[in-house]
This record gives sequence, structure tokens and C-alpha cells, in this order.
Amino acid sequence: MEQSQNLSVQKPKAQNPRLRMLKTMLERLLQNKLAVFGGVVTFLLIFTAIFAPWLAPHDPTEQNYSAVLQAPSIEYWFGTDNLGRDIFSRVIYGAQVSLQAGLISVGIALIIGVPVGLISGYYRGFIDEYIIMRMTDAMLSIPALVLALALAAVLGAGLTNAMIAIGLVLTPNFVRLIRGEVLAHREKEYVEAGKASGISDFSIILKHILPNTIAPIMVQATLAIAAAIIVEASLSYLGLGTQPPNPSWGSMLATGQGYLDSAPWIALFPGALIFITVISINLFGDGIRDMLDPKMK
Amino acid sequence: MLSFLLRRAGLMIVILFFVSIIVFSLVNVLPGDPALMILGQEATDESLEALREDMGLNDPLVMQYFAWVGDLLQGDFGQSFRDNTEVSSLLAEKIPITLQLTVMSFAIAVLIAIPAGVISATRKGTLWDSSATLFALSGVSLPPFWLGILLIFIFAVTLGWFPPSGYVPITESVAQSLWYMLLPAVALGVRLSAELTRMLRSSLLEVLGSDYIRTGYAKGLLERAVVYGHALRNSILPVITVSALQFAAFLGGTVITEEIFNIPGLGQLLVTSIQTRDFPVLQGAVMFMALAVILINFLTDVLYSILDPRIKLTGGSQ
Repeated sequence: MEQSQNLSVQKPKAQNPRLRMLKTMLERLLQNKLAVFGGVVTFLLIFTAIFAPWLAPHDPTEQNYSAVLQAPSIEYWFGTDNLGRDIFSRVIYGAQVSLQAGLISVGIALIIGVPVGLISGYYRGFIDEYIIMRMTDAMLSIPALVLALALAAVLGAGLTNAMIAIGLVLTPNFVRLIRGEVLAHREKEYVEAGKASGISDFSIILKHILPNTIAPIMVQATLAIAAAIIVEASLSYLGLGTQPPNPSWGSMLATGQGYLDSAPWIALFPGALIFITVISINLFGDGIRDMLDPKMK
Repeated sequence: MLSFLLRRAGLMIVILFFVSIIVFSLVNVLPGDPALMILGQEATDESLEALREDMGLNDPLVMQYFAWVGDLLQGDFGQSFRDNTEVSSLLAEKIPITLQLTVMSFAIAVLIAIPAGVISATRKGTLWDSSATLFALSGVSLPPFWLGILLIFIFAVTLGWFPPSGYVPITESVAQSLWYMLLPAVALGVRLSAELTRMLRSSLLEVLGSDYIRTGYAKGLLERAVVYGHALRNSILPVITVSALQFAAFLGGTVITEEIFNIPGLGQLLVTSIQTRDFPVLQGAVMFMALAVILINFLTDVLYSILDPRIKLTGGSQ
């Protein structure tokens, strides 16, 4: 009798520990002003990218030879480029390219990296130690931009190939991260218990170990999106990413560099957008990390 | 110590082996026929075939790989497809240029990071600290090509203080050479300095909280003596590690920086070799960069184990 009373008193408080944890984590995130700023700006950029066709006042590829190299005005907010294209519209469409490149290449890295890391860390052995780990070492000792450049050259210029190249370059980071997490978890009692009760390796890995690695994966993935955006812009700057006439921030910078003395807006606006995007995503990613693990700060 | 060194060196060779496989396979799936590239469109089928045979392009890939690695081990990187120059002499010509950029950027990064990190940690919570943190945050998100273009716009185009691009060999004029390289070095170095500031701040904060620092203050040492004489020295280790780990990204940054400022270094050589499908040059440049990264990491490990003898007890298995 007494017991049940106790229970009924405690029940509403401990109703859902997961929900409560989520709430405290969210509160922690909202207290971090920089992270909130980063999140809001990132959200605005995603919104801009999705609704680009409705937000852009001009066609981003439309050339207007009667309005070449015009300074910012009411008609052209960010001015026009050497072919008379509206920079503002191109920057908006460029957001599409950059965010797409960031998301898809990190997606590719996750699709390859997560299973390889899980299996490699769980089974260990010769292949893990001498093939997979040394391969990631080798890939990480070639500068990311250099490897991405070479891969993009192999696959051919273009946004799709650039995204594949960047995805492959980012993969070893995820393999190492996830393998490390698995190594930390595989010796724990719950895995032992699972094995003892005859659960297959497959479901131990998928249902028990993977959920425990989600938090660090999320943090790494967010920060990797920012890195991927920088690499895509670099590839496009070098002419191996998005191909003309499609707008991308990197290729706009390359064009704009030639007009810094006469029409600096061509380079300055897309450059500023790259910086704002990357710093917002980084701030948001740092915020998520502090939210998940306040000790790591 | 010796077994640690040997194990690290062995690991280094294994990693280099994998790098060579990556570099070799990259180039061998690149589209384009080297023989056609050398002889041009007018070449006859027979002469093309003869050249392919001569270059070993008809051999099985495994044979080609071992022939290539065998040459590499003897320091023979092959010849450029474009003008038959030795790749090794091309590299020897370009490396000092990139080295100058790297050393200058690194010096700038350290010159910014040490005061910024120290001020930030010793004046924690003040406006100084916030500004240094803000610098660290934005510096990490500034891609070198954007910062480079911004610097060109402000200091070269608008103010006219610096040349917008170009390079003067250090043998020609030391002052001119440093002057031309200053903007590129800043463009490349700021990101690293931001990274180092962040690292130094947290590492210094940890050290400043320890007992021997309190003892230092208690026996009446000046703050400068405590911070620079004791704390900084003990908090520099993690900063060294971060610099080494960042070295690959740093070297990647030289590629785009050299393109932006038109510096004829290793990075520009690499980009040109990709654009012109000059395989031997591409292979040589990538191999050299990877070798540099691996060597730097090896030396850091060794340095670390000398500076911190405790490392042997805990580390080594990684």
C-alpha cells in the first residue's frame, strides 16, 4: 500500500526520463547564444536555398549586356557581374549549391564510414588493424583538398562528381570516429550480456552499439558539412566543381578576383556568404557538442 | 625508446605503402592516354604503340606499380609528360617556394596565437578574452581563399601597400621576397593561428589552475615570470600536437593560396598537373606532400616522447 502511494507520487515527476533529458539538453542549447545564432542563420540559409526560385528577383544565369558590372542598386541589390547577371540572385542560388554539396557529401561519407567503422571496430583483427586503419592513415596524410582535387579530376569536373570526391575524402574521419566509439563500447557489460543471451552480432551492432555512437557522429557530421562547403567552394574556384553558367560561390569568387579593382562586389558578396555559412554551421555544431557533453568545453 | 622509435618508423613505412597505392591507382584510372599526350594528335598509331610499349604502359598494372615504386625508392620520380623535365628537379625547384610560404605562415600563426592565447587565459572573462575567442571562432571559419581575396582587395587594390600577386625569389631580393609573400602567408596563417589560440587558451587555463603556479605567485614571482617562465612552457605540448595534426590541412591550404596569389610553388604545380593531365608530376607532388605530413607527425611523436617522458608508459599503441 505504502509502496504504491510512493509510486503514484513519483510517477508524474519521472514520467519520461528521456523527455526530461531532452528538455534539459534543449535548455542548455538555448542558453548558448552563439549556438542559437548559428542555428538561426543556418535555418535561414536552408530556407533561402529551398525557396530560391521565389526569392531570387532575377534568373541567375540570365545575361544582360546593357547592365554589365553595375554597382549595387535598387534594381540589382548586390550589383551585376561581367556578363550582366544579377549577383543577388546568383548568391541565393549559390546557397543551394553549397548546402547541397555539404549535405550530400557528408551523407556519402556517413553511408560508407558508419558501416566500415562499426564492423572494423567490432570484429577488429588483421583487416581492421593492418588494412582499414592504415588506409585511413594514408588517406588522412594526403591533404584533403589535394585528394579531393585529384579525385574530382579523375571523375571529371561537375558538382555531382565533386560531391562524390568530397564524400570519399571525408570518409576516413568517420571511420576512425565510429571505430573508436565501438572499441569503447564493445567491452561493456551490455554487449557481453547481449552476446550471452544469444543475440546475433548484427543486431548487437545495429540495435545496441550504433545508438550509443549517434551523439559524436552528429557533432562530427555537422562540423564536416562546414568543411565540405569550403572544399566544394575551393574546387569550384579551381574550375573542378560547379560548371558555368550555374552559380556557385567558389566560381563567383574566381570570376570576381579579376574585377577587384573595378567591380569588387562580384567577389565580396559570395565570399561573405561562404564565411557566414561556415561560421554559423560551426557555431551550431559546437553548440550541439556542448549540449551533448558539457564537460568537453 | 628504441623500440618505440622502431615501431613508429615501421608504421610510417606501412602508411607510405598505402599512400603509394592510392596515388598510383588515382592516376591509372584518370582518363587520357599519356602516349597521345606526349606525341600529340598527329602521331601515327605505330609510333603511339611503340611509345606505350617503351613506357611500360602495356604491362600489367601490378608490374607498372612495382616499376614505379622501385624508381621512387631510388629517388626517380619520372619525367614530366609536357617537356620531359625530371619530376624530381621540378619538385626541387618548387619545394623551397612552398616552404617559404609555409614557414612564414607558421611564424605568423604562432606570433598571433601566443599573445592571444596568453591574454585570453590570464584575463579570462574580460573583453580581451572575448575578443580573442571571437577571433578564434571566426578565424577557424575563414577559408584561406576568401581571406586571401579580401586581403588583396583591402591591402593591394584599395590601399596599394602590397602587390596583388606574384613572387620574387629570396635569392634575388630578400626584402622583396618577404614583402610579396606577406599577404599569402597571412591568408594561410590566420586559420592555424585561430586553431592554436583556442588550444593554447584551454591548455593554459588548465595549467594556471595547478599548485605549482599558486606556489609561484605565493613566493612573490611576477605574473610575467609565472606565465611565461612556468605556465606557458607546460601548456605548449598540446599546442604542438594540434599544429602537427593540422599540418595536412595547412599544406592543402598552400595549394589554393598559391593559386590565388599566383605563387609558382608546389601547390600551383599540382593544380597545373591536374589540368594538363601530367601524371608523373601529379604523382610526385602528391607523394611528396603525403611524405611531408607523415614525417612531421613522426617527428612530433618523437619530440613529444622526449619532452614528456611519461608518454612511453601510456602511449605507443595508437
